Amino acid sequence: MNISRTAAQHWIEPHAHGIYVKPADMWIDPSRPAERALVTHGHADHARSGHTAVWATPETLAIMALRYGTEMGTPIAYGDGFEANGVKISFHPAGHVLGSAQILLEHAGERVVVTGDYKRRFDPTCAPFEAVACDVLITEATFGLPVFTHPPIEGEIAKLLAAREANADGCIVVGAYALGKAQRVIAELRRAGFDAPIYIHGAMQKMCDLYAAHNVPLGELVLATGLAKAEMKGAIVIAPPSAMHDRWAQRLPDPITAMASGWMRVRQRARQRNVELPLVISDHADWTELTDTLLELRPAETWITHGRTDALGRWCELHQLKARALDLVGREEEDEG
Amino acid sequence: MQAFAALLDGLIYTRSRDHKVRLIADYFRTTPDPDRGWALAALAGTLSISTVKAAAIRAMAEERFDPMLFRMSRDYVGDTAETVALMWPDVSQDVVAPTVSEVIDVLSGTSRARAPAVLAELMDRLDANGRYALLKLATGGMRVGISARLAKTAFGQAFGLSVDDVEEVWHALRPPYSELFAWGEGKTERPDPADSAFFRPFMLAHPLEDGNVNLDDFVAEWKWDGIRMQIASTGGETRLFSRGGDEVTAAFPEIAAAFEGIGVVDGELLVRGDVQGGEAASFNALQQRLGRKNVTAAMQSEYPVFVRLYDILFDGTEDVRALPWTKRRSRLEMFVAKLDAVRFDLSVIIEARDFDHLAEMRAAARAVAIEGVMLKRRESPYLAGRKVGLWYKWKREPLVADCVMMYAQRGSGKRSSFYSDYTFGCWTPDGALLPVGKAYSGFSDEELKWLDRFVRNNTVARFGPVREVEKSLVLEVAFDAVHESKRHKSGIAMRFPRISRLRRDKPADEADTIANLRAMIG
Repeated sequence: MNISRTAAQHWIEPHAHGIYVKPADMWIDPSRPAERALVTHGHADHARSGHTAVWATPETLAIMALRYGTEMGTPIAYGDGFEANGVKISFHPAGHVLGSAQILLEHAGERVVVTGDYKRRFDPTCAPFEAVACDVLITEATFGLPVFTHPPIEGEIAKLLAAREANADGCIVVGAYALGKAQRVIAELRRAGFDAPIYIHGAMQKMCDLYAAHNVPLGELVLATGLAKAEMKGAIVIAPPSAMHDRWAQRLPDPITAMASGWMRVRQRARQRNVELPLVISDHADWTELTDTLLELRPAETWITHGRTDALGRWCELHQLKARALDLVGREEEDEG
Repeated sequence: MQAFAALLDGLIYTRSRDHKVRLIADYFRTTPDPDRGWALAALAGTLSISTVKAAAIRAMAEERFDPMLFRMSRDYVGDTAETVALMWPDVSQDVVAPTVSEVIDVLSGTSRARAPAVLAELMDRLDANGRYALLKLATGGMRVGISARLAKTAFGQAFGLSVDDVEEVWHALRPPYSELFAWGEGKTERPDPADSAFFRPFMLAHPLEDGNVNLDDFVAEWKWDGIRMQIASTGGETRLFSRGGDEVTAAFPEIAAAFEGIGVVDGELLVRGDVQGGEAASFNALQQRLGRKNVTAAMQSEYPVFVRLYDILFDGTEDVRALPWTKRRSRLEMFVAKLDAVRFDLSVIIEARDFDHLAEMRAAARAVAIEGVMLKRRESPYLAGRKVGLWYKWKREPLVADCVMMYAQRGSGKRSSFYSDYTFGCWTPDGALLPVGKAYSGFSDEELKWLDRFVRNNTVARFGPVREVEKSLVLEVAFDAVHESKRHKSGIAMRFPRISRLRRDKPADEADTIANLRAMIG
């Protein structure tokens, strides 16, 4: 959009399949196998399999090992870093999911932060976002439209518990992404005082175990597979969104379909997915968090990736912040959120 | 307002009809007057706040938001009211939310010019769901999957009344319907509308799917291509109503003035042209007149209208709806004989030897302004709505053409974010495509998903919300008629086009030509 004041564009190249850090010869969150990859967090669109060498937080490496079955990579704890051919690389909490990190790149007197996915709300399952001063901020914009304001999670959890009370003979099945969202919903239910067993879909068990092993207590979890309908009365069941309208859900007693996602803010999105109880719970920054972060950091330049780059770019223009949109390959819309 | 907002949200997310009815009925039983009456009016589509138009909401939005951010948001959400409700800054906890009746009073009492500011003050007292409900209430058009009929059914269920009893008195009453609720709760007698000319529900027909009927039991009439209309007169007062029960007297004053008789009749409003009922273009003229509050003398003489009568509901003050069709027909013939022949005539009975003969006559009827054939059971009483086995409509076969998709636009409501509105074209002799129509229906949800993906993956240019696509997809388009049009570059326009099939198998260059279409002008 604008002529750049910073030199970052000469040593950081945005490509459709990832961000290339030239002097270090490293890719950030590459979507195809790379020799040397820096990975912000464990979601599949950021952490692909097949890289030769990986640098990530220990939690992210554990998640990748669980998903791809191979131990790999060099663990870098939050606040730690290393140097690669004149580029100082360090990892800082992003508050998105367990192990999620922002990556700070320092080179030629410039500081560049790649946020990866992030949020700034309290989340009992991961370390809170840390604001890192920088010259260039490469920010996500998944919910980069002013219509997206995520309400306080306490209210959404209260809605879920109220629906369970009102549907004592049935159950509530909550669609939640298997990494991050599911564990956060469970932990928030516990924080709200719900201490009954929570039923989970088989696909979530290992990830929940991994969270528990990383000191994120989730209380008693029961596998929802193979139980009689009568046993499931009054249950809260957490399942991946793909399983909700599947045969799997047919063995549940009178399920009310809930979905925990930032996209649930828009009524017609919830209707299109046949959701009866939309829960606006997101692990991404909402519009206010995105714009407040920019005002707080006031980077000389903002590069926008992943999501509604046009609207956040327009906001930057209105606030006289220099910004450009990067066209990275990623989800076009709402696979996860 | 919160209770009404919660009701709307419940209706949006509930799929089962019974559950929706239960939600509304509960609301009616637990909400005080007049809030519940206004809510009933909003759901049934009888609430109209003349000071607030969609433009007021846009004006209010432009006052507060950057127009470009608003447009991007509107494009994503697919609904102006929801976009504004979501973008609006949140309120502090301690403001008092307005009630439904306060909203109605405040908005009805303001001027159009003041409306955006008044609306904004109300917005500042509500949370996001409340703001959404407020804007829906202010503009009408709830879009929560509730028909007027379902709202009345819910009212009936709330108070143990039949929906037909509710229908019978409905049109004599006005929002906020306090007499109706008083009757529902057993506090008063049923409201008696005898002295006013009001709407009675139309009897409607099912489509004749396949198979046939025995003409000994059924009588055949033409289905005229005009505007279905009911005329109700007490002698002192005459009022005209369209299909949905909207009063349209002001749009057709010459009809009301010419009607001399007491009773209620059912017919079709037509323009007198060279052929019976006029040409296709005259239907458009009728539509234009329908929307008007006042109609000029020039319009009246340019498009001379008359009503072709189908049936009689009240003969004088006598309710004849329970009589069989044959008896009502004799009453109607006597009734019409006394009316002004310039403005009123009788729908003729089609004399066919048997069903096959009728089919031949129907097939030959394309040239005149006939939509098809009506089949009415000779013994049928006149009942509200569609009743199985009594009346059938047997429309003409549609015309079809193979067209090529050219542009696509996102839909709204249920289809927001999906590219669901398609402009398509046919070939000129020198190998160019010219648009011939636009359609947004006729496909299944599965096909819509496929079409949406096709548009996203084959976009060659963007013009604001419109995407131009690779000219490779053939759509079979069905339409009722095609006529000359100066508005379109192709010189032709289709009537009621809809997508009948996706012809993924067909190469685009084998689609129809403009000349093919022109040959179908009837």
